[in-house]
Amino acid sequence: MANTVKLNIDGIDVSIDAGKTVLDAAKKLNIHIPTLCYHEDLCVAGNCRVCVVEQEGVKNLVASCAMPAQDGMVIHTNTHKVRNARRHVVELLLSEHNADCTKCYKNTRCELQDLAGEMVINEHMFLDLVPDKNYTIDMLSPAIIKDDSKCIRCQRCVRTCQELQHVSALGVAYKGEHMKISTFFEHSMYDVVCTNCGQCVIRCPTGALIEKNYLDDVWDAIYDEDKHVVVQTAPATRIALGEDLGMEAGSIVTGKMAAALRRLGFDSVLDTDFTADLTIMEEGTELLTRLKRALVDKDPTVKLPMTTSCSPGWIKFIEHMYPEYLENVSTCKSPQQMFGALAKTYYAQKKGIDPSKIVSVSIMPCTAKKFEANRPEMRDSGFQDVDMGLTTRELAVMIKQAGINFKELPDEKFDNLMGESSGAGVIFGATGGVMEAALRTVYEIVTGREVPFENLKITPVRGMEGVKEAAVKIENVLPAWSFLEGVELKTVVAHGLTNADKVMQAVKNGTADWHFIEIMACPGGCLGGGGQPIPTTPEIRKKRAEAIYREDEGMAIRKSHENPEIQQIYKEFLGEPLSDKSHWLLHTHYNARKRV
Amino acid sequence: MPNKKLKRVDIIFSEDCVYKDVLAESLKKSNEDILKDILDSGLRGRGGAGFPTGLKWKFASQETGEEKYVVCNADEGEPGTFKDREILTRVPLKVFGGMAICAKVIGAKHGYIYLRGEYKFLKTDLEKALEEFHSFVKELGFDFQIHILMGSGAYICGEESALFESMEGKRGEPRNKPPYPTISGFRNKPTVINNVETLVYSFMICRIGAGKFHELGTADSRGSKVFSISGDTPIAGIYELELGMLLEDFVEEFGDGDTKAVQVGGAAGFCVPRKKFKDTIIGFEGVPTGGSMMLFNSSRSMYNVLKNYVEFFEEESCGQCTPCRVGCQQLKKGIEAIKKGEKSAHYLDTLQKLADTMKVSSKCGLGQSVANSFSSIVDNFREEMIY
Repeated sequence: MANTVKLNIDGIDVSIDAGKTVLDAAKKLNIHIPTLCYHEDLCVAGNCRVCVVEQEGVKNLVASCAMPAQDGMVIHTNTHKVRNARRHVVELLLSEHNADCTKCYKNTRCELQDLAGEMVINEHMFLDLVPDKNYTIDMLSPAIIKDDSKCIRCQRCVRTCQELQHVSALGVAYKGEHMKISTFFEHSMYDVVCTNCGQCVIRCPTGALIEKNYLDDVWDAIYDEDKHVVVQTAPATRIALGEDLGMEAGSIVTGKMAAALRRLGFDSVLDTDFTADLTIMEEGTELLTRLKRALVDKDPTVKLPMTTSCSPGWIKFIEHMYPEYLENVSTCKSPQQMFGALAKTYYAQKKGIDPSKIVSVSIMPCTAKKFEANRPEMRDSGFQDVDMGLTTRELAVMIKQAGINFKELPDEKFDNLMGESSGAGVIFGATGGVMEAALRTVYEIVTGREVPFENLKITPVRGMEGVKEAAVKIENVLPAWSFLEGVELKTVVAHGLTNADKVMQAVKNGTADWHFIEIMACPGGCLGGGGQPIPTTPEIRKKRAEAIYREDEGMAIRKSHENPEIQQIYKEFLGEPLSDKSHWLLHTHYNARKRV
Repeated sequence: MPNKKLKRVDIIFSEDCVYKDVLAESLKKSNEDILKDILDSGLRGRGGAGFPTGLKWKFASQETGEEKYVVCNADEGEPGTFKDREILTRVPLKVFGGMAICAKVIGAKHGYIYLRGEYKFLKTDLEKALEEFHSFVKELGFDFQIHILMGSGAYICGEESALFESMEGKRGEPRNKPPYPTISGFRNKPTVINNVETLVYSFMICRIGAGKFHELGTADSRGSKVFSISGDTPIAGIYELELGMLLEDFVEEFGDGDTKAVQVGGAAGFCVPRKKFKDTIIGFEGVPTGGSMMLFNSSRSMYNVLKNYVEFFEEESCGQCTPCRVGCQQLKKGIEAIKKGEKSAHYLDTLQKLADTMKVSSKCGLGQSVANSFSSIVDNFREEMIY
């Protein structure tokens, strides 16, 4: 049904596909209609009423985001009635809002503030309702702070948590003047099913949901002469950081980021991509071991399909929602935590530094990584393995605080020892990337040949489709892997927890015969993570994904097992994948959690 | 259009009617004939909004698809309205009959009564009546089941789309319209949702004929209506009256001789002061009502009346849309501040403008109708708001 409808907006005729809204039609004409509750990724709510317009023949104003475009409609977006209504709506929101903007983490990055600025609101028309409200701030979670006094009840977070993530940790409670966004029985975000994915944070228009920032702690560590501060940067940071520093979406800033980190004063600028490669070695071997136990030893206790474990949002999701499948999850720690454990053991030994003096900082596209770093299991080095997890956004703030002109920085390289990586490590940042990286290595281990895809591009696992299945036929294997001869390795990739849930439902119902499952908690994978620059849209995520694959293609090494520093660490420290030392430092276990 | 003299009628509760005969006869008629009757009668929705009932049925009947529903809105929550309670108590079978006729016309197999939480005491009796009804339709070979779902006490769930959300087990929040219920209602299927009284009138039109009904009332407001009369009146209660009467006649009949204002249509309705009684017609061409008529005599403070209403709305707004959620709080705090002298009398004008915005920009009828009582009381009793 590709019917089009014709309507008229502000005197200009426009045709648009049936099913689109008045707002879409106005966008097509480059007519700006302000919005707040609207978000491209979410279903239409039509509750903020900022986007109201006048429709001829209709008594009341209509919400342009929710009104389907219809043939013959005559719309006016800039009338006295519209202007008054919008102004009133923003004034009303401000009267309920703790507008202490200079003390707000989102100052200058707030959609409500922008709108108030656009409307030039100098003094408040209505009474200040804030003093009579018993607003609370929830700061218990190590990842996300929820400040009700900043909330404008647009329900973007509620829709995100429900539609995109299938978690529903956030919901609407009470009615009328008491209506608020809350959790199950108003428990802290720390105590409920929240996966810390931060998708709500990147969609919150104000400062009501923000990441817990560790900026001061990191600065303190940097300025402490006694401390050796190492920093690792996740794959998806290098293709998004530029957005917060005045660059276009999809800009690759790997070199500038390394330069900036060095100028900020980090003692060693290293790369999570290194441990992404290491993850492939461990996880790939784990998969092959499980397959061998299942196919050769006929061991009924072996758990297949195996799922990835890189995404801490996904880990917390499965701990809450499918605890009976925890043994299907790879025991590999995430690259961040592998890095943390090695920084205070391998790195410390090689550099001759007392691990108690090492402060390990990570730059992540993720808010869940903050929670992960604080998990009690993540202390295998004898210390907290990762001391502070920062988001991409926090790094951008630090760069601005330091007065660095990011755009003009020269490209620099990461430091040696845990700074070298392959293209396989880079693509961890996109949905399907872990699967692709794993297949590049596993296929080659088993057959001695490269994966049969042009230029190593395993296209079936790429792209933004929610659930992607791919099968690779394994033939002409090396003698050691004869049990895999002719086996069709079946894989599935899901991103966004709603898609993860679909995959897990299929596993639970027994309708799936996959061997290996990649799940990333965030839409698009880490590149769309909750710690990435705001805003996020399908278009922006697409550009970031293109950048990731460009970066991969530009790398000299494209396969994890060919990374020389990986070969070195096995030779000098770990021995071989799944060795005792690997198990001690690089693997972990999971805990079933309640579903509240 | 000349007004009608006040006239009591007896249609709804009339005992001159064997529901079984009416239902059996009606189910034998063709859908077109029934639709024609309902359309010709001029019956408009009795819940307050007044949408032509025949059109609603017609739209739903034109929708394709197997699954359709008839929903009886018995979430009678408008302050001052208690006529549905009376109807459900005295003539429940006529309500079911109306639902069955509608179900036949649109092609529904299931009907739902969404019963106000506070009317839980009616449930047992209704279920008993339903047993009788179900066995009778079975006898007639008509495949139709009615189920009762209980509300939980939220005023907003009387708004049809919030009612569907509530029926589906979700939080009762109004949906965006379009799509309207006849296209996408309960479970996103074509649904006719009618007020209790509308369904009984539909049933009775099948009994007395469209012509008889059409003779009553005025051009815009055909037929009669059940009124819930309360306040400063010596004879409070339920009365079925012909539509289109002058408020002056109404007050003459029901007032206590000292009526200073009548709130027509409940908290969501309009306040008419004494000086306008003689120009006000009760009906869609004048001031419409879902049934509530509250009379106030000169001992009443209109400030208190208004404050009571806005407090009610402040509490009963679902809270999702900005104009309604925050607007109600501002209206209440605003009039309090003026009364206390913390804000000047001019602030009333700001509040009036705010009420206008709420009327045109709120998502549903609740927020849109707050301005009705607010503006009509402030306009007519301004000095009572200030001093």
